[in-house]
Amino acid sequence: MKQEFKVIADLLPNNSRVLDVGCGDGSLMNFLVKEKNIETRGLELDQNNVQECIYKGLTVIQGNAETELYQFPNQSFDYVVLSQTLQAFYKPDKVLNELLRIGKSVIVSIPNFGYWKVRTSLLFFGKMPITKTLPNTWFNTPNLHMCTIKDLYNYCEDQNINIKKVIGVNENNTSLIKRKNLEIKNLFSKLGIFLIG
Amino acid sequence: MPSLAGLFFWMNRKIENINKITIAKPLKLDCGKTIKDFPLAYETYGKLNENKNNAILVFHALTGDQFVAGTNPVTKKDGWWVTAVGPGKAIDTNKYFVICANVIGGCMGSLGPSDINKETNQPYGLDFPVITIKDIVRAQESLLDHLGIKKLLCATGGSMGGMQLLQFCATFPDKTFSAIPIACSSSHSAQNIALNELARQAIMADPVWDNGKYFLKNTQPKNGLAVARMVGHISYLSEQGMQEKFGRKLQEKADYEFSFNADFQVESYLRHQGSSFVERFDANSVLYITRAMDYFDLSKQYKGGLVEAFKNQLTKFLVISFSSDWLYTTKENKDIVIALNASGADVSYSEIETDKGHDSFLLNEPEFLKTLKGFIDSMYEKFKK
Repeated sequence: MKQEFKVIADLLPNNSRVLDVGCGDGSLMNFLVKEKNIETRGLELDQNNVQECIYKGLTVIQGNAETELYQFPNQSFDYVVLSQTLQAFYKPDKVLNELLRIGKSVIVSIPNFGYWKVRTSLLFFGKMPITKTLPNTWFNTPNLHMCTIKDLYNYCEDQNINIKKVIGVNENNTSLIKRKNLEIKNLFSKLGIFLIG
Repeated sequence: MPSLAGLFFWMNRKIENINKITIAKPLKLDCGKTIKDFPLAYETYGKLNENKNNAILVFHALTGDQFVAGTNPVTKKDGWWVTAVGPGKAIDTNKYFVICANVIGGCMGSLGPSDINKETNQPYGLDFPVITIKDIVRAQESLLDHLGIKKLLCATGGSMGGMQLLQFCATFPDKTFSAIPIACSSSHSAQNIALNELARQAIMADPVWDNGKYFLKNTQPKNGLAVARMVGHISYLSEQGMQEKFGRKLQEKADYEFSFNADFQVESYLRHQGSSFVERFDANSVLYITRAMDYFDLSKQYKGGLVEAFKNQLTKFLVISFSSDWLYTTKENKDIVIALNASGADVSYSEIETDKGHDSFLLNEPEFLKTLKGFIDSMYEKFKK
């Protein structure tokens, strides 16, 4: 399992109820069910991924998170997880509000546009950055609203969204991010994982 | 148009040698009348295992019957769901014990309007009580007792079969471990009521129908019944699917005949569907079963609506819809998912991308069949534990 999922799994207590938005082939859910006795539900757009989840015996609803989160009742999950998809929505702010409505807590991970390699690519080469976490070119990227860890941190504060924990991930290293080390972590983290709500 | 030979077949078909139980317990119908000592015909495939945990109940659609797989012994044609049910199929009869009962109101051995009314010694005709989906489902519950099954591994059905399934889960919340409603609705839409009314009016407009008393003359309102079937068949396809299948192709001719014969392939197709239907189905049964569908509104049965209907469900659901189905749309199927979610039930949902319309659940649609198989097999692993 990838490092990001390990970090997310560690944030989730045993026996809780989790909605995985954009659950892919169900790898994270499968781990949570088997290792932590967590009750999971998934929302996934892709037909093949939905089938994979069903084969694994996981509960999954085929649908688009941008338009179909309304079907989940208020505060019906202990945690809602959104992994590296926030930046791909037309209206990420609306989606974030929906996640906070559905979950008592929300875990959002984002590819960090403030990572130094991203910054230098733009600064020195004058080209849109292509990295492991941002593998697409400008014309075919699904990412419509790229942001940095600092952007999301500031956004949560501006919107009075309670920030419980922020973790920066760089390969196999993880570190806690606070207001006081935000500038440096924003430069050296490939991924930001936010526990909010 | 239907052949005389075909008609002869309908009147004389042998439906005596099929499995039946007699349900002695009186069943009070929604209309207020009570039926008792009535026959319920059914068929099973595969073997019930020792632990009795591999049983799957299938509910059939409007014009279906209990002969799901293999060869239908009455019509000598393939069972209506051979694409999905059989040895090695998605619902594998080498592994699972599959049960299907003919609905009451039908004409394949269960109590229906073509049966003899003991009070008059004549077929019921329109003296048959108007039945509902709930009546249909309640009549089938005794069959599980008869077969010694306390809890099903799975129950499934498409179209009207899906509607029966939703009713079954609401009425008997602890009878099945999992459920797969396919291409159905929790309440019949205005459009579907309208299409059913068109089918009924076609039958009733046929003078042979004679207020449902055609059996006195040993005949059937075959023209009206065939038109009713054609309406159905149009609604089972999609605009795109129909265009791809038929387009403007002519039926075994180079040019128009300048007549009202079946010039176009699509006309010929509909006429064939109509004429083969009258050989196997009773016109009054169509009236009664379509009425049951129209009256179906699960939310109306519960004060708190659909969410209340599914309250305390332990059953694990998989709802499936087809993208080009305009009869039981994705939207209607999603409403079921939303209600199940709101009531806290365990529900999965998949929309299969296809241009084959409502008919898709009966066809060889690989993505659909794979999803079906994946779900049932994974449910069996869980249920066994």
